[in-house]
Amino acid sequence: MVITVLFWILGVFALVSGALVFRLDSMARVTFALLASFLFVAGEVLLLGLSYLGVVIVLMMTMEMVIMAVFMVMYMMNPAGLMPMAMLHNTRGAAAIAGGLFVALTTGIFLVDWPQRAGRPPAEPTRALGEALMGPQMLTMMTLGLALFATIVATVVLSTHRGRYERFGDDLCADRPDDPIPGGVGR
Amino acid sequence: MSLELFLVLGAGLLAIGLFGALTQQSVVMLMMGLELMLNGVIVAAAAFWHFLAPATADGQVLIVVVITAMAVEMAMGFAVVTAIFRARDVDMTDMAADLKE
Amino acid sequence: MTEVPLWSVLVLPAVLAVITAGTIAFDAVLAARATGATGSPSQTAMVPLREVARLLVAQRRTTVAADGVLWRTGVLTVPIAALLAAVVLPLGGVAVADLAVGVVWFNAMEILTWAAVWMAGWGPNSAFSLTGGYRFVAQGLAYELPHMFALITAATAAGTLRVGGIVEAQSGLWFVTWMPVAFVVYLLSAAAMAFWGPFDAPVGGDLAGGAAAELSGVDRLAFLGGRRLLLVVAAAMAVPLFLGGGNGPLLPPWLWTLVKTVAVLAAIVWLARRFPTVRMERFAEFAWVVLIPLTILQALIVALVVL
Repeated sequence: MVITVLFWILGVFALVSGALVFRLDSMARVTFALLASFLFVAGEVLLLGLSYLGVVIVLMMTMEMVIMAVFMVMYMMNPAGLMPMAMLHNTRGAAAIAGGLFVALTTGIFLVDWPQRAGRPPAEPTRALGEALMGPQMLTMMTLGLALFATIVATVVLSTHRGRYERFGDDLCADRPDDPIPGGVGR
Repeated sequence: MSLELFLVLGAGLLAIGLFGALTQQSVVMLMMGLELMLNGVIVAAAAFWHFLAPATADGQVLIVVVITAMAVEMAMGFAVVTAIFRARDVDMTDMAADLKE
Repeated sequence: MTEVPLWSVLVLPAVLAVITAGTIAFDAVLAARATGATGSPSQTAMVPLREVARLLVAQRRTTVAADGVLWRTGVLTVPIAALLAAVVLPLGGVAVADLAVGVVWFNAMEILTWAAVWMAGWGPNSAFSLTGGYRFVAQGLAYELPHMFALITAATAAGTLRVGGIVEAQSGLWFVTWMPVAFVVYLLSAAAMAFWGPFDAPVGGDLAGGAAAELSGVDRLAFLGGRRLLLVVAAAMAVPLFLGGGNGPLLPPWLWTLVKTVAVLAAIVWLARRFPTVRMERFAEFAWVVLIPLTILQALIVALVVL
């Protein structure tokens, strides 16, 4: 009973804050509306008995959205929403596509004859996840690791406009790199 | 509380995210839409794990993959926006359309 | 997981409040001594209490075009996140909620302050406080990864994410003895997450108070009090993670927990006044180039020992 009530509250809040993402004017509020949506979904995941993943969603998404807020304020026009303006295109078509998708999915959800529940949840889902990732799903984990590493390299390459020649001089023989912001390890 | 309800919630989040991703002109806002769509996938994956196959950890692994995909998507998205912005001072999808020429 | 007595829900905030008040008083005495102010220490220790009373009755200021929603949310999130993080703290074997993923829970709640401080800085529409908020985000990116590795090291050694389990694993040897790097990094990040001591640039004097610049009245009390509460909770978490929790001779476990917590806090507060403020870009490079490899090495050694 309590769980059902919680499901409805969290679900409605997740949808409302998700919709607010595209309704609010202030980019800071938009970012934190998205964060709220993630936090409510994390609550739903906790309800389903996945304590580790629920808490990890809170952790990851808070970090991610705070960083997102920095970029939103950096790149968006009118970040504080003090002069509201429309930044939309093709609203009607998009509404039709998104609405159609929702209707199709919902009919599918209620028409499909879902299989019976197979097995019971383990006593420690977190341990089961860890053993799966380090055992049968090792390949998934390794792929994720490689993807993350490639992301780190690619983001740095894409976002910096300074290479080693800018830092160490044309013949690469400067003792100290010439950085716009000095670091803390003797440079 | 049943599988269907959770899936409808996931579908709702997916639809809202898709609407946002299709309508927003700004690349950054488009990424917000994508994140919201993945948010719906998380709900669905967790529900599938709980209601259909709790004995195996596959549903959990899917959530881990989705969370990683979000992190990668956001990092790459901002890196690309930074690169485009630095090169031509635009951050809107419509303005970046001339990249194809 | 043992049955949680209801009284622990009431005792935890009370104990935290007393320790926080003690920390503030101790810091005030240290500050007075550093400036060479006259007056007995007991008088000086009362100054923060008077300040609390003043803030409670003071009228709140507001600024032009402030984002009230985010501002209030950010300010309130600081103490709330600290309290939520504290629910996994065991006091002599009894925690309000000894969650199966206690360590991750603590980490997640502590990260909520990133959002909180940024929102508190963004809200008042003031350049100084916004800069303070950005400073905390930069500092967060610096301290967070070494901090996570330090947490993981303790969890790896105990083979569980449950804080109670980590304490039980230290009934023989305290973790601090064979993972000193993780312990020191944890103490650094405890100060950094509460933007305390050498990491107080987000509320630094060069920004006229940074993220707290425009706060007044009850808001100021909640934000700065919450920050001290966070420091207390972070320091208290070092006890179950590295200092053997309530384990110790003669005294009962709850008393040992308190004694160790107070000792860690006193060390952090005293050391904070020995060092100048560290700029976050310097700390960021130090954290990423020195601390992350060190903590990874520490985690590797611990993992090998456990295997």
